[in-house]
Amino acid sequence: MTKFQPHSESSSEAPPAPRRTQGQEFWRLFKKNRLALAGLAIFLIFFIIAVAGLSVTSGTRPYFDPALVRLPEKLRPPLSRPNLEVLIPGEMPPLGMYVFGTDDLGRDVFSRMLQGAWVSLTVGFVAVGIAVFVGILLGGIAGYYGQTSITINHIFLFCLMLGGASAFAFGSLFPGVILLIAAIAFLYRSARSGKPAKPSLALAWLQKGATSVDTLIMRFVDIMLCFPSFFLILTVVALLPASIYNIMIVIGLTSWMGTTRFVRAEFLSLREQDFVTAAKALGVGDRRIIFRHMIPNAVAPVLVSATIGIAGAILTEAGLSFLGFGVPPPYATWGNILSDGKRFIFDAPWLTFIPGFAILIVVLSFNLFGEGLRDILNPKLRERY
Amino acid sequence: MLSFIGRSIVQKMITLFFVSVISFLIIHLAPGEPSQVDPLNPKFTPEIVERFRKEFHLDKPLYVQYLFFYRGLLSGRTVSWKDNQPVLAKMWERFLNSLPLFIVGTIITWTLSFPIGIRSAIFRGGIFDRSATFFSYFLISIPGFFFAYILIIFVVTRFQVPVIGMQTFGLSDASTVRILMDRVWHLLLPSMLGATGGIAILSRYVRSQMLEVEGQDYVRTAKAKGLSWEQVHYKHALRNALLPFVTMFGLILPGLIGGSVIIESIFSWPGMGRMAYEAILARDYPIILTVNFISAVLVLLGTFISDVLYLVVDPRIRL
Repeated sequence: MTKFQPHSESSSEAPPAPRRTQGQEFWRLFKKNRLALAGLAIFLIFFIIAVAGLSVTSGTRPYFDPALVRLPEKLRPPLSRPNLEVLIPGEMPPLGMYVFGTDDLGRDVFSRMLQGAWVSLTVGFVAVGIAVFVGILLGGIAGYYGQTSITINHIFLFCLMLGGASAFAFGSLFPGVILLIAAIAFLYRSARSGKPAKPSLALAWLQKGATSVDTLIMRFVDIMLCFPSFFLILTVVALLPASIYNIMIVIGLTSWMGTTRFVRAEFLSLREQDFVTAAKALGVGDRRIIFRHMIPNAVAPVLVSATIGIAGAILTEAGLSFLGFGVPPPYATWGNILSDGKRFIFDAPWLTFIPGFAILIVVLSFNLFGEGLRDILNPKLRERY
Repeated sequence: MLSFIGRSIVQKMITLFFVSVISFLIIHLAPGEPSQVDPLNPKFTPEIVERFRKEFHLDKPLYVQYLFFYRGLLSGRTVSWKDNQPVLAKMWERFLNSLPLFIVGTIITWTLSFPIGIRSAIFRGGIFDRSATFFSYFLISIPGFFFAYILIIFVVTRFQVPVIGMQTFGLSDASTVRILMDRVWHLLLPSMLGATGGIAILSRYVRSQMLEVEGQDYVRTAKAKGLSWEQVHYKHALRNALLPFVTMFGLILPGLIGGSVIIESIFSWPGMGRMAYEAILARDYPIILTVNFISAVLVLLGTFISDVLYLVVDPRIRL
C-alpha cells in the first residue's frame, strides 16, 4: 500500500524510507471519503451506546429498567412527562420523562432500545466472527493445501470413523467401538509404514488420488450456496430452542461461503508470489508462511465483506425477531419492539419508527463504512475517485 | 460444449444429492419431534402420537425415512402432515399466487435499475451519481418490514386504498375496472418492496459494468472521431456492458420460489413464502423439505442456464 521511492542509480545510500506509513496513507484516503467517515462515526457512537446500554439496563436494580411495567402509563408519546399521581416513586423514568415514549405495557421504550442495541451489536459481531473464522479456515486450506490429493484410503478411513462415531452416537456401542478401533489401527498402520517404495498391487489402487482437498471444499461451498439462506436460518432457529446464541451460531454458519471464496482466491494468487517462494526457500515453515506472510495480505477483502456482513446479520436478526423467532420475550431487541408496536401503528407510530430508524441508521453506517473500506483497500479502484 | 454440459449436469446432480441429505439431516436431527408440536392439546393421546409416527414412518431409522420421503417426493405422492394434501399440488397453488409478485417485482427492478445505473456511470461523480449511490445504500440497509409499514401508512392515508391481502373482500359485484384497480393496488406495494433490494444491487452493478466499459480504448476512439453523444454511450459502450446481464436471467430463477417470508406475512399474501413460514410453525417437515429441495433445484438450474448463456453470448470463452 505504501509507495517506495524508486532506487536512484546515482545515490549509493540506503533507499529512503516511505514518506508516509501505511496507517497515515490509509487515514488520508479515508478522510476524503465523507460517507465512509460518517459511517465510521455512527458505528463508534452505536458501539458506545450499546456498551453503555448494557451496563445501565442489566443487573438486579438497573438504572434504566426495560422490563418495568407501568400499566396506567401505556402508549405515552415520546418526550411526554410521566403522570406523577399514578406512579409509585420506584417507577419514575430516570430522565424525568419518557424520551422515546412507552409501549402498550407502559414500558419505557428508551430503556428497551438501549437493551436492544447490545443484542444487535453482539449478534452482528459474533455471527460475522464465526463466519470469518470458518471462511478463513476453509478458504486457507483450500487455497494453500488445495492441490493435495485425497486418496481412496483417506476416504475409507473417514467412512470408518464416521460410521463408528454415528453408531456410537445412536446407541449401538459394540459395532461403534469395533469400527473406531479398526479406524485407529488403519491410521496407525499408514502412519507407521510412511510411504512404501512399491506398494503391492492389491494396495496400489488405495493410494490413487480420487479428488483434491480444493475440489472437496469448493463443492461443499456450492452445496451450502444452494440453500435459500433466510429460509434455512428461519427453519433452524424455529426448530432449536429460542436463544440469542443459537441465532448467532446459525447466522454465522450459513454465511461463511463468500469469505471462503475470497480467501481461497487470494491464497491461490499469493502462493505464487515471489515473497512466498522466498520464504519457502529460507526454510520458513508452512504455519509461519500462512499466518505471518499470507493472511495479512489476504485480509483486505475479508475485512470489507465482514463489515458488510455485520450489516446483513443485524438485518437478519431484526427480521427473525420481527417474525417472532428471536430472543425470548422479556428481553428487548429492536426487531421485537417493532414487531410488538406494529399493532398500534396508527395510534402509536413511534413504536414502529424509532426502532425502524435505529436499525436503518446502524445498518446504513456499516454498509457505508464497508464500501468505503473497499474503495480504499483496493488500489485499482482508488484512482477512479 | 457438449462435454461441458454433461459434466456440469453430473456435478449438479451430485450437489443436489448432498443438499437433499443435509437438509434432511438438519430437519430431523434438530431437537423436538413433529408429533410433539402441540403437547397441551388433549387430542394428542399417546396412541394418536404412536399412530401418527407409524403413519409417516417416523419410527423407522433415518435412512429409511430419507428413502421414503424422496421416493414420495419424486413420484409426487408426498402429503403434508398438517392436512394430508399432496405437497406438490399445494405448492403449485401458492406458487401461482406468488408468481404475479415475482413478475411485477422483476419488471420494476430491471426497468428502474438500468436507467439509473447507466446515468450514474455516464455522469460519474455528479450530483445524480452521488445521490443514486447513497439512495441505493439506503435501500439495501432499510429493513424490509419497516419500509413496508412506512409505505402502508403512506398509501393508506394518502390514497385511501386497502393494501393488505390479495384483494378487497366483498368486491365481487363491483365493476370490472374497479376490481382490476383493486388488484393492481394490492399487487403494487408488495412487489415494490420485493424489488427494493434488487434495484439497489442491480443499479450498482450496471454502473460498475458501464464504468468498466467507458474506460476502454474503443470508447475513447469513438469519442475522438466525433460520434454523437448517444452513439458513443448507447451504441459503443452500453452494448458491450450488457454482456454479464444476459447471464443474469438465469440467476433470477431462484427468486421464483424465494417469495419473501416477511413481506408476504405482512401483507397476508397467500404465497410460497407464507406457506413455508406456516409449515415451519407447524413443523410440517414434508413442506419444508420440498421447498428446500425445489429451491436448490432452481439455484442449480439458474447457474446452469447462466453458464450456458455465457458460453453462447461471449465468443471469447472457448471450452
